[in-house]
Amino acid sequence: MTRKRRRLTLIGAAAVVLAIALGLVLFALRDTIVFFNSPSDVISNAVKPGTRLRLGGLVAPGSVVRDNDLDMHFQVTDGNHSIGVAYHGILPDLFREGQGVVAEGTLEPGGSFRADTVLAKHDEKYMPKEVADALKKQGHWKDEYGNPGATAGTAK
Amino acid sequence: MIPEIGHFALVLALLVGIAQASVPLIGARRNDPRLMGVAESTALAQFGFVAAAFAALTACYVRSDFSVLTVFENSHSAMPLIYKFTSVWGNHEGSMLLWVLILTLFGALVAAFGRNMPESFKATVLAVQAWIAVAFYLFILLTSNPFLRLAPAPFEGRDLNPILQDLGLAVHPPMLYLGYVGLSITFSFAMAALIEGRINAAWARWVRPWTLAAWMCLTLGIAMGSYWAYYTLGWGGWWFWDPVENASLMPWLAATALLHSLVVMEKREALKVWSILLAILAFSLSLIGTFLVRSGVLTSVHAFASDPMRGVFILAILVLFIGGALALFAWRAPLLKQGGLFAPVSREGALVLNNLLLTTACATVFVGTLYPLALEALTGDKISVGAPFFNLTFAPLFIPLLVAVPFGPLLAWKRADLPGVTQRLLGAFVVALLGIAATLAIEGHPVLPALVVGLALFVMAGALIDIAERIGTFRVPLATMAARARGLPRSNWGTALAHFGLGVVLLGIVGETQWGAERIVSMKPSDRVTLRHYDFSFDGTVPRSGSNYRDLVSRFTVRRDGEVLGTMQPAKRTFLSRNSSTSQAALMARGFSQLYVSLGDVSPDGSIVVRIYHKPMVLMIWLGAVIMFAGGAFSLSDRRLRVGAPRPARSAAAMQPAE
Repeated sequence: MTRKRRRLTLIGAAAVVLAIALGLVLFALRDTIVFFNSPSDVISNAVKPGTRLRLGGLVAPGSVVRDNDLDMHFQVTDGNHSIGVAYHGILPDLFREGQGVVAEGTLEPGGSFRADTVLAKHDEKYMPKEVADALKKQGHWKDEYGNPGATAGTAK
Repeated sequence: MIPEIGHFALVLALLVGIAQASVPLIGARRNDPRLMGVAESTALAQFGFVAAAFAALTACYVRSDFSVLTVFENSHSAMPLIYKFTSVWGNHEGSMLLWVLILTLFGALVAAFGRNMPESFKATVLAVQAWIAVAFYLFILLTSNPFLRLAPAPFEGRDLNPILQDLGLAVHPPMLYLGYVGLSITFSFAMAALIEGRINAAWARWVRPWTLAAWMCLTLGIAMGSYWAYYTLGWGGWWFWDPVENASLMPWLAATALLHSLVVMEKREALKVWSILLAILAFSLSLIGTFLVRSGVLTSVHAFASDPMRGVFILAILVLFIGGALALFAWRAPLLKQGGLFAPVSREGALVLNNLLLTTACATVFVGTLYPLALEALTGDKISVGAPFFNLTFAPLFIPLLVAVPFGPLLAWKRADLPGVTQRLLGAFVVALLGIAATLAIEGHPVLPALVVGLALFVMAGALIDIAERIGTFRVPLATMAARARGLPRSNWGTALAHFGLGVVLLGIVGETQWGAERIVSMKPSDRVTLRHYDFSFDGTVPRSGSNYRDLVSRFTVRRDGEVLGTMQPAKRTFLSRNSSTSQAALMARGFSQLYVSLGDVSPDGSIVVRIYHKPMVLMIWLGAVIMFAGGAFSLSDRRLRVGAPRPARSAAAMQPAE
């Protein structure tokens, strides 16, 4: 084989691998990504039932109801709208009423949300960034959410 | 006084760094040995000053000096001593200080041990290393100073993030940083090669041990992070395709590719341009990782704090270094001469395939990690790209790579005999088929996991056959075999071990993901639950208090076929100063498998939600990584890497056919 043909083989192989990778990436990006929405987004965008999404906001105070140890529902709110979330499983350690949460799951026909994953803040200082942004957008951001002193100081 | 000393030492390190970034470079241009010699002493001095700064910060933590802001925010006087040490880097400022400490450590190591390089080359390498250091000193001093004081000093600190109060913090970040930041050396070598216009097999030989050392630490660092997440997060996941994990995986993939391309370069003088590019990319990915983690664009446990200024600063460093390096590459790389020729089916060809697949896999991870950020910046839509994306893109690229692994080391350089090699791998094929048959017989359908088991066994058996072939098993007497085994270069053992480890990791992954079992139940004392063959009986809870936390320990007695295997004691740990809690999972190893119990919420009526997992072969995931590390260590101890002059290679030009 000449140098040129060898180089062509190499470039050909690289092109094939890259084309496969590109195809996989495009295919996967269409099917596997999940959009983040605040309750207001869900309502204003008229998200179709059955759509998989991440719902973020604050756990509405006083809304957590435990049906039994593993089944519960609660309201996620961004201050303007709220959506009921049903969840089966163990909640993360930092899940609290009045604090930020991201629930991943699907929207049900009745407008409620069935979560299969619930993520709370990683520690008591910070709120999930998406939630913070969504709250700011809705005009319900309070500075103490981001201020460690205030959250740590509230009596629980 | 102590924080001021630390601050001052850091400023001195910056000044010494500026000297190191410029003087040796001028010396190298003018060929002035005195100016070039400056690099060595400044590299050692820089390390000394940063070490002093680090020691000062550590002293503040150990003495619980809450007049220092970062100590106040991240420490507590009641914290156990070990966590007072580790909380030094359990926050943004301290972890950046650790970053530069390791950066200067590598610089000092090159200064002290890099004796076999030409003086001007070494001076240039150290100067480039100092550029990086200067950029990060400025970052720390201007945006993330760990020595800022608080007045008046509070009486008590806010305590360290509970998730970080774990031994994992003692090992995972330093190890990971050794790998991440260690790649700066390969970057500096690549830049020096481009500046000097000198690149040959000797370059590959100088840079290989450094790459290997960084790769080893990165491997172990990632594995430790994975194990830490596995036992602290309470649901037994060991890899989340979290952007921060991807940020460490990408440099690992690039470094793995670089290690393999350096072999070709050292032996055959081919792939020069590519290796230089990979060296640049590997560290660029480390920098991107640092940006992702430190800038606050991502929310995760690793993003300690977000301050827009920091993000912009790191972004500027990123653009400067990656952009500058790639521009220099575009300008100087065409000067590099073509290397030796090889047929597509050859050792070189196999290593090219390895590089192709590794870099493409790395690119898919890159897309998956950065696409959400790009999309949000462009359209404002927030999306998450999770495990399904990566499983769909990363796995299909990795599987052909794994199939090719056993072939690589058996192929001859320049032109290889593929049917011959396939024949030599016959044993591995047989092992793989037996594995598939056995898996199907035991676990039944689906077929795919069984095929993956076969693939893992193929990789492992292939590594053994590689060694067996080299020492002539079954062909020569035992004594000769032993002699050959002793004479075999350590790097051959290293390759085989690392590849074997890869197979072990794969086996662990398929075992855990395919045949794991879990139960989530609410239990009251004296309740019993069965998972697989194991019986868990809940004996009750006992409170226990630690220095800055209170545990609610639940005891479970584990039985199998009526025989008591032991007790497991998962706990809910409440940290008093932060009023937040973590779950302490209990683990019980059964061979390579593990039983895993973690606690959820406690109800007022005394029942407790319990998660119980059976994780078959899960320990192999981390054991495999340790084997890969050991393989790297073997390779690193190879005499060839320490001996200065490369063996007189036949001139590459003489071997090229006239075309």
